[in-house]
Amino acid sequence: MDIYCHEHHNMIRESVREFAEKEIKPRATELDRKEEFSIELTRRMGDLGLFGMIVPTKYGGQGFDILSYIIAVEELARVDGSHAATLAAHNSLGIGPILKFGTREQKEKYLPQLCTGDALWAFGLTETEAGSDSRGSKTTAKLEKSQWVINGSKIFITNGSSPITAGVTVQLISDVHKDGRKEISTILVERDTPGFSSMTMHGKMMWRASDTAQLFFDDCRVPRKNMLGKRGNGSKIMLSTLDSGRLSIAAMGLGCAQGAYELALNYSKERKQFGRAISKFQAIAFKLADMATKIELARNLLYKACWLKQKRKPFGKEAAMAKLYCSEIAKEVADEAVQIHGGYGLMQEYDVERFYRDQRLLQIGEGTSEIQRLVISRYILK
Amino acid sequence: MSIKILVCITHVPDTTSKISFTDSDTKFDKNGVQYIIGPYDDYALARAVEIKESGGASITVLNVGLAETEPTIRKALAIGADEAIRVNAEPVDSFFVATQIAEVAKEGNYDMILMGRESIDFNSGVVHGMVGEMLGLPSFSPVMKLELNGEEVSMTREIEGGKDHLKAKLPIVAGCQEPIAEWRIPNMRGIMTARTKPLNVKEPVSVEQHVKTEKFELPPPKGQCKLVDPEHPEELIKLLQNEAKVL
Ligand SMILES: Cc1cc2nc3c(=O)[nH]c(=O)nc-3n(C[C@H](O)[C@H](O)[C@H](O)COP(=O)(O)OP(=O)(O)OC[C@H]3O[C@@H](n4cnc5c(N)ncnc54)[C@H](O)[C@@H]3O)c2cc1C
Repeated sequence: MDIYCHEHHNMIRESVREFAEKEIKPRATELDRKEEFSIELTRRMGDLGLFGMIVPTKYGGQGFDILSYIIAVEELARVDGSHAATLAAHNSLGIGPILKFGTREQKEKYLPQLCTGDALWAFGLTETEAGSDSRGSKTTAKLEKSQWVINGSKIFITNGSSPITAGVTVQLISDVHKDGRKEISTILVERDTPGFSSMTMHGKMMWRASDTAQLFFDDCRVPRKNMLGKRGNGSKIMLSTLDSGRLSIAAMGLGCAQGAYELALNYSKERKQFGRAISKFQAIAFKLADMATKIELARNLLYKACWLKQKRKPFGKEAAMAKLYCSEIAKEVADEAVQIHGGYGLMQEYDVERFYRDQRLLQIGEGTSEIQRLVISRYILK
Repeated sequence: MSIKILVCITHVPDTTSKISFTDSDTKFDKNGVQYIIGPYDDYALARAVEIKESGGASITVLNVGLAETEPTIRKALAIGADEAIRVNAEPVDSFFVATQIAEVAKEGNYDMILMGRESIDFNSGVVHGMVGEMLGLPSFSPVMKLELNGEEVSMTREIEGGKDHLKAKLPIVAGCQEPIAEWRIPNMRGIMTARTKPLNVKEPVSVEQHVKTEKFELPPPKGQCKLVDPEHPEELIKLLQNEAKVL
């Protein structure tokens, strides 16, 4: 991929790959089985410098371009979806909006800590009645004297209840205009604020070592200055956050597909039936050829979307396309990878079984495939 | 005390590379091969970085190689070296490489010259000895432990059937191996700062070539492995008698 990748991109890929293979891979199966979030591995990702990769150094980040970060997510996902999710949600949804819309004071207060791996930040958009339709939000904030008083709840929030979660950015209704239109804003809520509580959601079929939470706000009071961005700009902030977030979900799809493909490729060379390696059967070799082709296309599309963003050109359509395509091929590739493994692919003992489960969220989270098609069609039918 | 360390690194094929040859089997086929810092050199570098972090040291990495080795050198800078020198020449044989290293070392006044105990491509394992000789410095290999105490270095060397504990006064040359230091993966900050660290290119001094390659040959492929059930040792005896014919 020399069109988009420079020397430092290759070096980042090598480093993150080595880290993921040495430190995450040996523990991934066990953490998945026990449904356990690992503080230790999160800190280790912080030590490697994976948190705040695109944050300027003055706020404690690394100052890299977007593609560097995307490659890091891709390489983690190649080994384990849960850890890629912890990283991607924190960087894209937690740090992203604070970096882009925060005041200087907010950035100085939150970002340095969030770049270390010692603390995580979440983004709370989804509610029980507001999924794809984020304007269906029922969570409200009322201004009383110099405080916002928040009431409502959120669901499915990544990194919302981990032992090292420091807070969450909440999208909510801050006012209703006379004509009935809702004023939507985003507010920063620190973990220890009275009236705020969270509950870990258990029983997920995928990303079982990643933290997913329900959040509750019960007369939760935060200072007025915790408003993120301009009051009433919540939708804009959310849309911009999701545009960037889509790139990291796409990276997870690409990495998941790459990982599943490599597992299948290796297995097909070792597994013998009818006296030869199953890779010698054209039916299997052609599956591998299709998988490799899809992955190549997915990578090209995603890296191009990153390049557009880096060049400050419009990238919303390409980001939606990359999210759609990478997540859909993750499904197709993981499915064929299981097929190549035969019965063994259905056993927990084989990593491919985890890849098969982990890919399933990617067509749902941060805008379902249907919603991506809606976004893309709006661009092309404009 | 801050000391000056020169770490010599090789640019070698990844250990999982498929090995083949070109030019009537006289040259290694570089096509499609991934390159890495020689693993023993990597340990030497990691130890230098540990010394830098604990007591202060400036680290120069040196590679004798053509421009294609620069990504490997950049990786050494990302791991923690401060600056790099590349001697712009194909490393034709050990004597050639040792001469170039000695030449750089003479100008730099280094307190320690560290490298791997051997490269993992041609595995000669003689460069540290030659460099020591050329500079009139004591050289030690394979060093698996190295502690610095002021001007004095304590080392442990692995020898046949035991360990050799040594002390020497700086300056020294050492060929290193694990577990001399904790293996390091370059972190993101390192990769970012490596982009702007100096990498100076020097032209080589001319040296007579002592070794000429006639032909490379791959070792014969490994034979099939047979597994014998531990419950049936008589099976093993039978195989050794009838098939291997060694009993
Ligand atoms: C593990 C996990 C982590 C998550 N992390 C976060 C997080 O950190 N922060 C956060 O805010 N949210 C998070 N989410 C929520 C996620 O973004 C939502 O689940 C997603 O947006 C879909 O919403 P929903 O589940 O309510 O589905 P619904 O919106 O109810 O959709 C149900 C179905 O209807 C379809 N549909 C809906 N509207 C339309 C339409 N107009 N046209 C065609 N089809 C339509 C959908 O495509 C889907 O197939 C997470 C979810 C999971 C499972």
